[in-house]
This record gives sequence, structure tokens and C-alpha cells, in this order.
Amino acid sequence: MSYLKPQFKHPKLPKNKIGYTIKEYEGPLSTLCAGCGHDSISAAIVQACFEMSVEPHKVAKISGIGCSSKTPTYFLGNSHGFNSVHGRMPSVATGASMSNKDMVYFGVSGDGDSASIGMGQFVHVIRRNLNMVYIVMNNGCYGLTKGQDSATADQGSKSKAGSVNPFQAIDLASLAIELGAPFVAQSFSGDKQQLVPIIKAAMHHKGFAFINVISPCVTFNNNAGSTKSYDYVRQHIEATSTLDFVPEMPIITTKYDQGKSTKVALHDGSIIQLNKLATDWDPEDRVSVVNALQQARLKNEILTGLLYVNTEWNDLHGTLKTCKTPLNKLTEKDLCPGEEILEGINRNFR
Amino acid sequence: MKPTDTKNPEYYHKVVDCQYACPAHTPVPEYIRLIAAEKFTEAYMINWESNVFPGVLGRTCDRPCEPACRRVRVEEEPVAICRLKRVAADNKGDVKKHMPQGPFPPNGKKIALIGGGPASLTMARDLAPLGYEIHLFDEQIAGGGMMRSQIPSFRLPEQVLNEEVNYILDLGIHTQFLTYVKSLKEVLSQDYDAVFVGTGAPRGRDLPKLPGRKEADAHIHIGIEWLANVAFEHTKSINKKVIVLGGGNTAMDCCRTSRRLGGKDVKVVVRSPFEEMKASPWEKEDAIHEDIEIIDNHVPLSFEHENGKLTGMKFQKVKAVYDENGKRQLLPTGEDDVFIEADEVLIAIGQENSFPWIERDLGLDFDKWNMPVVDEVTFQSTNSKVFFGGDSAFGPKNVITAVAHGHHAAVSIHLFCEGESLYDRPSPYTNLVSQKMGIHEWSYDSSVAIDQRYLVPQAKKSLTLKDRKKEVELGFEIATAYRETQRCLNCDVQTVFKEDRCIECDACMDVCPTSCITFTTNAEEPELRQKLLVPAENLEQDLLVSSELKTGRVMVKDEDVCLHCGLCAERCPTSAWDMQKYFYSVTKANQMSTAFPPIEK
Repeated sequence: MSYLKPQFKHPKLPKNKIGYTIKEYEGPLSTLCAGCGHDSISAAIVQACFEMSVEPHKVAKISGIGCSSKTPTYFLGNSHGFNSVHGRMPSVATGASMSNKDMVYFGVSGDGDSASIGMGQFVHVIRRNLNMVYIVMNNGCYGLTKGQDSATADQGSKSKAGSVNPFQAIDLASLAIELGAPFVAQSFSGDKQQLVPIIKAAMHHKGFAFINVISPCVTFNNNAGSTKSYDYVRQHIEATSTLDFVPEMPIITTKYDQGKSTKVALHDGSIIQLNKLATDWDPEDRVSVVNALQQARLKNEILTGLLYVNTEWNDLHGTLKTCKTPLNKLTEKDLCPGEEILEGINRNFR
Repeated sequence: MKPTDTKNPEYYHKVVDCQYACPAHTPVPEYIRLIAAEKFTEAYMINWESNVFPGVLGRTCDRPCEPACRRVRVEEEPVAICRLKRVAADNKGDVKKHMPQGPFPPNGKKIALIGGGPASLTMARDLAPLGYEIHLFDEQIAGGGMMRSQIPSFRLPEQVLNEEVNYILDLGIHTQFLTYVKSLKEVLSQDYDAVFVGTGAPRGRDLPKLPGRKEADAHIHIGIEWLANVAFEHTKSINKKVIVLGGGNTAMDCCRTSRRLGGKDVKVVVRSPFEEMKASPWEKEDAIHEDIEIIDNHVPLSFEHENGKLTGMKFQKVKAVYDENGKRQLLPTGEDDVFIEADEVLIAIGQENSFPWIERDLGLDFDKWNMPVVDEVTFQSTNSKVFFGGDSAFGPKNVITAVAHGHHAAVSIHLFCEGESLYDRPSPYTNLVSQKMGIHEWSYDSSVAIDQRYLVPQAKKSLTLKDRKKEVELGFEIATAYRETQRCLNCDVQTVFKEDRCIECDACMDVCPTSCITFTTNAEEPELRQKLLVPAENLEQDLLVSSELKTGRVMVKDEDVCLHCGLCAERCPTSAWDMQKYFYSVTKANQMSTAFPPIEK
């Protein structure tokens, strides 16, 4: 078994704007099962960061416990990382974001880490609208403990051992919308063409960006009868739209049917261009999104793509009105400006 | 694109760049792995079966395999294939017991081989076990041809050559040395069933029209003749100031031999720019290391002499100019002509074929360049009984090409003697075997070493320049050889893809360290090459294209910089990828009767 990736790379590997090849965004060789959907998501994150020309040292990856939470070891090897306690990734991410708001935060979690043990943390981080990309690598089972059904396993889905799941599934995307998450997307690990632009848009979105990625567990949940297998997902996938992320203001040369094309401008001037495939769905209208998700569920479809986006809500730093300089960059002089200024503040209260 | 036909024996063969580039198609990675395992005898036999002279070639081969080595494309320096071959030869055990053992039951056929060089000896080795009575004629005192007369002993010790020539002669070859064949007609009038001509390119080019050539003749020599005289000890010394004309490997051998016979101030003067000289880069380096000055861009004008004694040569300075087709012209720079002092000149500006002993009324056609008309596949001349090979067939090349010719011509002669069509040639022997030993375990060392090429140690100059028989290169130590073997990428362990097993999880595409694998929609080749993760711009390397997968895409693998690290197969959950060792061997005449020739024992 290979433990190390060969150091050679393709001599003609393209470089991004800051002179890095995609190799500089990769991590060491994955120890997850061969063919794990999580590895594809890692590759999509690598691809997105490379294409966005992000400086690797300006990214932090934070995770909890589980197969999904192991993945940050295997991507962005030159970035910061924190493998935290089971289900407690949002707390650590909140702390990190509070102290340094200048970084891109990737929270990587799984269906167990978010929908079971970490549910409390998950709902509250949404409520606070922390500026981060929250990715759930959702395989519907506990892969690390031999594949028991998780809280996101669909009712009626058959496990590898043959038992049928009697419980209703928690639909994380619907829940996130319900709780007011301002950016909600759903995708499939086997569809990087869709996933990479979603991650890019999520990185640019100021506020909480939630991406629920169906990611087949090849070892325990890729059997016939499972609703999270490669084959089932491919057969039941239904995209809301095809999506392009345009980091800078483009010259509009859309080739889409105008009636079906929608643009969403983000805070920093970048644009998400959507070519709608679903009818009666508007990514900026929460009611239509909830409706579309319910309709899809009735038809046993998995609705993917960018589901909902709202660029008006304040993120946590905006709500708390923190200063422009990241807190960790404030010096003693900034924090203890001296007696005179303290006196001035006190005078205001008298 | 259509799905790749991997059943075509040449597809995977081409992936093994070194083997494909070798005229004899020696299975290079196979013997490199054996050297790594210190199975030197087995490594030697893989070589001997294919290239007949592993000890000789491990020192002197032109190594067409090395520029082809994949390592050049992913790193810079190729694996030291040639010198590893020498390691096998230097450390082998008893190889003779693995060779065909005579006497062989005669098949009643008689063959004459004219010339005792590598082509004829290869022919003898291939045909003797089939029972042919083989008569080998050579004008020299021993077999080996130009390997004996032109390659100096400090590059190829005589005992190494003798050993490998004798392995063949011991198969029961009837040798007639010191016999110059004066007439092909006479040979044909005897009862030979076929005649093979392997007389090389024995005539060194001269500069007969250059002023002073005749007057100073006593101190002007033709390079290959002079080297032969040194080899057979007719010439034992040379004057102090020597000019060697020419830029090929013979010129390098001439100048280095001169240094050993008394030449103190030895200069090589060549018409072309240094970079374009025909000599192999390492031979130029070795010459420079022995204090030989190489003066490029000088065209000889005249031999200067006083009282019938050579005093030097005059040269015109030129520069290389290229037209839009890249064709080179050497134009005078207009600077003053240069006089270079010398008291001996060796002319090593090429060699050519010469067939004064072949009568022109034998039904054996010659072309307008006075070369025999020889079929490129069968090596048969227009006289059906007469076959050519080595330098005598298509002009001067090298030892390994001569060996390859010998194998092909031997197949032809065997078919000819059996009364079969010469074009109904045997297919190569191929075998494709999975290297899987368990989950993620391979029976080859799949890790990729980042080591740079190791240098072969050399004997001290102070020693080698004193004795022309003292071998300069010492060969790799076994420990260094092992490290060098690890640089080999095992290109013969093929990435074999089974589309019906693929679930399109993209794991192979994500993990491939050199971004060779892409899943995309199909297109015609030029477009498909551009659609890959990294566009496949090296058109000499093929694409491995699958049939259409479930999602309508195809798997495309660019063979160009694949490291054969096996990661695609390790990260594949369904074994759609497998690492399978491809063994390819050119079928030799003595293997034609058996379905599975005994290659390894």
C-alpha cells in the first residue's frame, strides 16, 4: 500500500494567478476507503481554492469527528487546521472567526457530526450567521463504526446488511433554510462540475454558507436499496439549475434563454449566474425554495444546485459590530488606550 | 475517439518507452527489477536472450533507450539503463548453463555468414540451436567485427568481448578467421542454403582532395583503420601533437586512444557546432575530461607540410545558419583562416559501405548509391539466397541495431530454408499478468524514488592514460546500482482499465499525481487531447480511451507522464483499474517452433 504520493507532477500543470499549481492545494494521500465520496469532495475543495487563487495560509479547516472530519488532513496541506471534538466544530469555528475575521473558514462535518451529536451546535451557528463555508459530507451512515444508519438515512433505505431504516430522515438543507441560513446548496460528490462552482460561490458569500453534499459510502452504503449509493443518486438527481460562478464583474454574454437565467450579485461584486432548470423556483424566494424541496421529496428526487441565497443578512461580525481590524491583530495599545480615553468613555455614561 | 485496442501487442509495448525505443526491444524494466533483487544471472539472461552482448552493450551501447526514458519527461535525467545492464554482466553467476546446449541435431541446412560482427554472431546464435551448420568467415583473427577493431579496450576490455563472442562460437559454429572473402560468386557456388552478409561499413571516409593530403600521407591516418591497427597492436605510438578530424564517436575513440599512445596535445576539430556533434554527450564529456580540446565550427582547408613532413592544418571558421525548414548551412564567418600545429592527423569523418567483393552479375541489385537493394522487413536482397544485416544492410548505425537486424534476418533465413513465405512472420510473445497480491499490495515496488541519476565511478586519469587497456569506467557498486534501479518507473506494469467495473467515483482522477486521468465527454482526438485536466500535447504518446461509461462520459488516460505508481488502482473501489505487467519479446528464429518460448528459467 502506498503511504506517500509521488512528488512528481505534470510538467505542464497550469498555474493560478498567484503562481501556484493545484499541487500546492493538495494534502497527503487519503487513508479513507478507496472510492469514498468524501475524497471527491476534498478534490472539489482543492479545485475551488486553486481556481480562486486563495493563498493557502489564509484558509482554516475545522472539523469534528468522523470519516468526513478526517478529510481536512487530505486537502489544503498548506492551510491551518483544527480537528476538534465530536459535533463541536461550530464552536471552534466561531472562536476562530471571532479572533481573525480575515480568513476563509471551511467547516467540514458529516451527517453524524451535524445531524446527531452536533445538532445543537449546527442550529445555533446558523442562527448566528457565522461567516463560514459549512460542508456536510452526507453518506447516511456511520462509516467509521461499520455503517449503522445515521439520522439522515432515508426512511426505507436498505443497509448493506439488509435492514430497512424505519425512521424519518432529517433533511439538513430544509432545516438550514427553515433556520434562516442565507446560503444553502445541495450537491453530489460525483458531480464536480456542479460542486466546484458552488464551493467557489460559498467562499465568496459573506455569511453562513451551507452545502449538503451527498457522498456515497462505498464500503457500507453503496448497495442496492440504499438511497445514498452512486447509482441511486445518479438516477434521482434533479438539478435546480446549472451554475457559473463569476469572481469579477463579467461582460454579459449569456447564452442561456433569458427567461430562465438569473444572476445573484454577492457583497464583493462577484456574481452567481444560474440557468434555471426547475420551474416555480426562485433562489432568492425562501417560500419557493421550501416548496421546491417538498415537491422533490414527494417525487423521490434529490434536488441539487444552489437552493437559496440571501445577500442582505448581516453576518455575526456585522451583528456584533466588531471593529474592522481582526481582534487578534489588535495590540495592547489598541486594547488599553490609556486612562484619558477610559475617562472619556466613563464620562459618556454619567 | 474509438476505445483503445489494447489487444494490439504494440499498444502496451509503446508505453514501455525504453523497450520500444530499443531496436532489439530488450525488456528493460524487467531486468532492472531483477538487478534490484540481486538476481544478476537472470537479469543477464533476459538481456542475452534479446541483445546477445549484454557485457559489451552495458559499456558501449548507443543507448537509444535512455533519451526515450519516461524519467526524462517527469524529471530530467533518464535511468542509467546502459550501466545497469553492465551491473548484471559484471555480477552474474554461471550463465552458460542457461544457454542452449549443443551439440544440436543437424537439420541438414548450411549457412554462410560473411563478416564476424554483431549481426552475424546474432544470426549464428539464433540459428545454431535449430541445427543449421554455420560457417562464419572473417578477415580478422577473432570474432567481434567492429566491436573488436574499433572500440578501444579502455571502453571495452578484450576479455568481456571474448567471453560473449565465445558463448556463440561454442554453440558449434565453424569459424574461418583470417579469411577475406574475395568473391560472393564463389561462396554461392558452394552448397550453402543461404548466405548472410554482415560485413559492416568497413571503409573510413578520407579527404583525398584536400591540398597536402598526398604529400603528408605518412602522418595522416583513417580513424577506423588506425583504431584497428591499435587494437591488433600494429600501431603502438603516436606523435605528441594530434589533430582528430570529425565529431562522432569514432573521433572520440581516436582522440582518447591518442592520449594513451603518446599524444600530449590532442585536439578534435569539427565542422559543426559543439551541441550538434554526432558523438554521444557522455563520450564528449569523457574526452574533455582527458584534457582533449574540442574545437567546433572549423572546416578543414589544407594539410600543411614542410619537406614531406606534416606541420599542421589550416581551417576556415564557420557558423551554423538555419533556413526556415531547419536545414543547416555552415557559412564562413569571414575571420582569418586558422592554422593548428600538428604532427599527426586522424581522419574520423564517417564511414561507408564497400562491396568490391560482390560481383554485379549475381542478380543482386545495387542502388544508385552503390548500396545493395535490401527488403526492410525480410533483409533479403534481390538474390533470394543472399541476406544482409548490420551496417552492411542500410549503412552505418550501431551494435544494437546490428543485433536487431541479425534476429530479423535469422527469422527470414529460417523461413526461407523451410520454404515458407518470408512475410508470414511470427508475432511477438506477449503476456499481461496482474500484479495484485492483496488489497493495495503489488508484486512490484510501486513507490517512486526522487533520487537523481547516479554517476558511474571512473578510474583515476593518471592510471588510465598510462595503459590503453585499463578500463576507465569502474561500473556501479551494487549498492549504488540498487539505488539507480529504484529510479525506474516500471513502465511495463500497465494501468489496465475495465469500464464495466467503473462506478465513476473519480477517485483515480483525483489521486493521480501527474494528472493523467480525465473523465469527460468523448470527442475526436485533437479536441479530446485539449479537454484533459492537463492538455495532452505530446503527440508521440497515445491516449488510452475507454468505451462509454454509464454517465455518458469516457475515461481518457494520457500515457505521457504516467508514473506507474499504481495509485489509481489503489484508490479504485471496484478494481476497474489494475496494474498488470506486460512482457513483450520479439520472437527469435529458435523460438518459432514452440508456442511459449523458454524466455525465463
